[in-house]
Amino acid sequence: MKPRSMLVLLSALAALAALGGCAVEPWVKPYERDRMADPIMNPNRHPVSSSYLNHVHEAREAARGAAGGAGGGCGCN
Amino acid sequence: MRWRVAALAGLLALGPFVGSLVATAGVLPEDRADVLYHYYDGGGVEIDGPSILVRKSVGQSVSLSGNFYIDSVSSASIDVITQASEYSEDRTETSLGVDYLRGDTIMGLAVTRSDEDDYDADTLNLGISQEIFGGLTTVTLGYTRGSDDVGKRGSDFSEEAGHWRYRLGLSQVVTRNLLVTFDYEAIADEGFLNNPYRRVRYLDPGNPLGFSYQDEVYPRTRDSNAVALRGRYFLPHRAAISGGYRYFDDSWGIDASTVEIGYTHPRGPFTYEIGYRYYTQNAADFYSDLFPFRDAQNFLARDKELSTFTSHSLRFGVGYEVPLDIGGFVERGAVNFIWDHIMFDYDDFRDVRAGGVPGTEPLYDFSADVLQLFFSAWF
Repeated sequence: MKPRSMLVLLSALAALAALGGCAVEPWVKPYERDRMADPIMNPNRHPVSSSYLNHVHEAREAARGAAGGAGGGCGCN
Repeated sequence: MRWRVAALAGLLALGPFVGSLVATAGVLPEDRADVLYHYYDGGGVEIDGPSILVRKSVGQSVSLSGNFYIDSVSSASIDVITQASEYSEDRTETSLGVDYLRGDTIMGLAVTRSDEDDYDADTLNLGISQEIFGGLTTVTLGYTRGSDDVGKRGSDFSEEAGHWRYRLGLSQVVTRNLLVTFDYEAIADEGFLNNPYRRVRYLDPGNPLGFSYQDEVYPRTRDSNAVALRGRYFLPHRAAISGGYRYFDDSWGIDASTVEIGYTHPRGPFTYEIGYRYYTQNAADFYSDLFPFRDAQNFLARDKELSTFTSHSLRFGVGYEVPLDIGGFVERGAVNFIWDHIMFDYDDFRDVRAGGVPGTEPLYDFSADVLQLFFSAWF
């Protein structure tokens, strides 16, 4: 598949997913999210610690970025 | 500054703010205080110091945070031993941040200042996080701007460097047990990007050692992309397993991959954690352990951070929930100890301390221990 065709396909899929998401009820109900609210499911449970270790890695490796911390989304409120 | 890649300065302290900012859109981060002592020992380098992070809500929709961090460095690394003399220095970072909650949206702003004798860095971070699809999906956008002043001890050397970071994050609750996150980050750098203390070596028949040194020369621009996919799964006996993969590439010809797995297991007041991390990268286009002659090419690097190498890390951590109720102000506390053991193996960086014919010295490797002890209080 050519890159352009792939881009169109991915865009269409993304649009469909977005539209579908608007219409579909959340498949994990709020009362089913207790496990997501458990601290052990937080990818960034200790921000001061994960920040430090990320610093240790970035100082010794060429790679940087996309280190995470985007977790959550549990809708626990 | 000499112990790390120059362009990194100023970005560390934003970590806690970025992390909290995007942790859970629609819910402000918890009020908590962390006092951490960190210690690094590896490759002739010792670094330790404190990091103190305090976060407190003001009203229902604003959360303020502050971080104070110190690195006390004592370095006798292979780079220092072979090209300079041992040194000690301190680096201090101070950060302030504010998050504002409105509906399912959190907007954040943070600034940080990093000071060293020979390196100053200012950083501004902006972010926005939005819950959609009934709270199952969180979308995060982030922007970071950094400005550095680069100096060199004992000289009037003065240069500048600028950094721009753009982040996109997606967090998806897939099932009641599975959380998946996707992260993308593009980074652009411009200015003086190498370390003014580091040098490259080249073959020199006129030197009894067989080689001589000259200053490194890096390109003045660098663009990189990093993309990561991670997952976390809740096990029936109340434990969590996690895994992730990150791919990185940049305009200097470096490709890198990172694989991480982890397991977290609470038992009573204790929480145990083990993990493994694998990292591999190839060298920058302009890297060489030994150049054939002086000024062999336009750009020259011998930073081992730009060489081809792999590392393996093992992690063990234990946390203990402290029963605390201090006047109704502190609700609970925890003490955590985390130990990471990292083993580095370089494929094209040689240990010149061994002597012998240039280019035939043994390849360099070392291991490092990284210890963290911290106390957290929620209030």
